[in-house]
Amino acid sequence: MRKYIIKRLLMMVLTLFIVATLTFFLMKMIPGSPLGNTMKLSKAQQLAVEKQYGLNKPVWQQYLSYMTGVLHGNFGMSYQYNSTTVASLIGHRVGPSILISFQALVLGVIVGILLGCVGALKKGTWADATSSTLAVIGISFPSFILAILLQYYLGFKLGWFPVASWDGFPSTILPTIALSAVPMAQVSRFVRTEMVEVLNSDYILLAKAKGLSVPQVVSHHALKNSIIPTLTLIGPLAVTLITGSMVVENIFSVPGIGELFINSVLANDYPVIMGLTMFYCLLLCGILLLTDVVYGLVDPRILSKEKGEH
Amino acid sequence: METPKKSTSKNEEFQFVNLDEVTAAQSGVAQKSLSFHEKAWHQLKHNHAAMVSLIFLLFIAVVSVASLFWMPHDPNAQNVSLSNLKPFTNGSYPLGTDGLGRDMFSRLLYGTRISLMIALFATLVDILIGVPYGLVSGWCGGRVDNILQRIIEIISSIPELVLIMLLLIILKPGMVSIILAIALSSWVLMARLVRASAMQIKSTDFVLAAQAMGESPMQIAFRHILPNTVGVIITRTMFTIPAAIFLEALLSFIGIGVKAPNASLGTLLNTGEKGFQFYQYQLWEPVLVLSLMMIAFNLLGDGLRDAFDPNTRGEK
Repeated sequence: MRKYIIKRLLMMVLTLFIVATLTFFLMKMIPGSPLGNTMKLSKAQQLAVEKQYGLNKPVWQQYLSYMTGVLHGNFGMSYQYNSTTVASLIGHRVGPSILISFQALVLGVIVGILLGCVGALKKGTWADATSSTLAVIGISFPSFILAILLQYYLGFKLGWFPVASWDGFPSTILPTIALSAVPMAQVSRFVRTEMVEVLNSDYILLAKAKGLSVPQVVSHHALKNSIIPTLTLIGPLAVTLITGSMVVENIFSVPGIGELFINSVLANDYPVIMGLTMFYCLLLCGILLLTDVVYGLVDPRILSKEKGEH
Repeated sequence: METPKKSTSKNEEFQFVNLDEVTAAQSGVAQKSLSFHEKAWHQLKHNHAAMVSLIFLLFIAVVSVASLFWMPHDPNAQNVSLSNLKPFTNGSYPLGTDGLGRDMFSRLLYGTRISLMIALFATLVDILIGVPYGLVSGWCGGRVDNILQRIIEIISSIPELVLIMLLLIILKPGMVSIILAIALSSWVLMARLVRASAMQIKSTDFVLAAQAMGESPMQIAFRHILPNTVGVIITRTMFTIPAAIFLEALLSFIGIGVKAPNASLGTLLNTGEKGFQFYQYQLWEPVLVLSLMMIAFNLLGDGLRDAFDPNTRGEK
C-alpha cells in the first residue's frame, strides 16, 4: 500500500512538472501581448514594464526562474490585478469555489443515490421511469442554462434567492443546485445499474431465502455493495464540477477560481492562467489519488488488481 | 414437466437449411461479426427511446443540410424596423426576430448547422487520434503501452475545460481552433476504451488462431481487432458528439468560441441571455433545440451501448 502511494505521488510530481513546463511554453507561444495596446506606451515605458515582469530576459531564463518560483509556491504577479501575487489571488478565491462544489457534490450524491435506489428497487414502474428521465435530462441539459433559468425565475422573478451577490449561505443555494444536476444524474444512473446487478446476485437471493425482509436486504446487503463502486465516479465528477463551476460562477458572479480563470483567459493574464492550471491539476491529481487510496482501503480487491497493472 | 412438451414440438425445433448458408456461416469471421452487428441493430430497433432519438437526429441532420440551399431569410440580414418580433405574430418570421431584426428561425437553422458541424468534425478528429492510439496501445502492450498510458494520464490530469481554453488562447480564434481544442481534449477517453477493447479481443481464441495461421500483427490488428472494436467506437461517438455540442455552446456562451455575427447555438444562447428579461423566447428557442439534441444523442448512445454490450443485453 505504501509503495503504491509513493509510486503514485512520484507520478503526480512528474505530471505537475510536465504540465508546468507545457503551460509555460504554451503561454510563450500566444500571439498578442499582455501589455495590451502597446501603441499607447512609449518605448521606455514598455521596457520598464517588461523589466518589472521579467519579460526582457531570454525564454530559458524566464523558464528557470518560473520553475524555481513554482517550487516555492510562487507563480508570479498577476498582470490584471495590480500588485497581487497569483498565489494570494488563488488563495483568496478558492474558498467560494470549494464551498459550492462541495455542496453540489453532497447534494448531487445524496439525491443521486436516492433516485438510483428507487429506480433499481421499483424497476419497470413509473418511479423507475421518472428517475431515469430525470437522470437523462440532468446529463443532457447544460448546467449553465440551468443556472441562467434558476437565476432568472427563482432569483429575479420570485425573489426567493439573492442574485449576483456573494453574501452568506442563501447566495450559495442557486449555484449549488445548478452545479449538482450533472453529479446527481451521473450518480443516479451509476447506482441504479450497480443496484440492479447486485439485486440479481446470488448472495441477495440467499439473503432473501434466509427470510430477510426487503428493507433488510436492501439496507444490510444491497446498499453498501452498490454504493461503494460509486467512489470510482469521484474523479469524473471532479472534472464535471470544475468545468461546471467555471460558467456557473461566471453567471452568479461567485468570487471563485472558475470566474477568475475565465476572466484571466479573456484578459490574457498569463501568470494567473498558468497558476490556476497548475492548481487545477494538483487538485484533480490529489482527488484521484485520494479516491484510489480510499477505494483500495474499502475494497482491497481493487488495489491488488491495480498493483498488478502498474 | 417440460420434456413431453418438447417432444411434441419436435418438428418445429428443426428447420431445413440450405447447404450454402451453412458453409457460408462456417467459412468466415466477417460473416459472424456481421451477425453480431445485426443482433445489435435488432436490439436497438426495439428500444423506442433510441429509435425516436435516431429519427429526430436524422431529421435535424436533413434540415441542417437542406438549410445549406434554402433558408427563409439571410440569418445575418438585419432589419431594425422589425426587431424583437414575438414568435407567431408575423407570418414571414414564424419564430420571431432578435434585437437586430434578424430572423430567429433562420438563425436557429444556421446555428444548429454550425454547432453540428463543429461537433461532427471534432468527433472525427477524436476518432482519428483516439482509435489508432488505443489500438496501438492495446495491441502492442508492454513498454509501448506503458509509455502511451503515462502520456494519457498526464493529459487527463488537466481538467477538460482548462485544456480547451489553454489551446484556444494559443490557436487563432475561429472554427478550426474550436474543433481542434475540443478534439484534443476528448480523444483520451476514446483511446482508453479502444485500448481496453483491443486488449480484451487480443486474448480471444480467434486472434490466437490467426497468429497460428501466420498472419502478421498488422493484418490481425486491422482484420480482426479493429472490426471488433467498432461497437465501442460507435457508442463512444454518440457520447462525444453531444459533449462537443455542449462544449461549443459553453465556449461561445462565455465569449471565446464562435464570434458574432456568425451564429452557433452557443452564440444564440449568449445573445438570448442578454435580453432574457424582456424577450424570453430568444433564449428559450436555442435552449430547446440544444437540449432536445443533447437528450436525443444521449438516449441513442444509451441504446447503442446496450445493443453492443452483450453484458447488458436483454436487460433494460
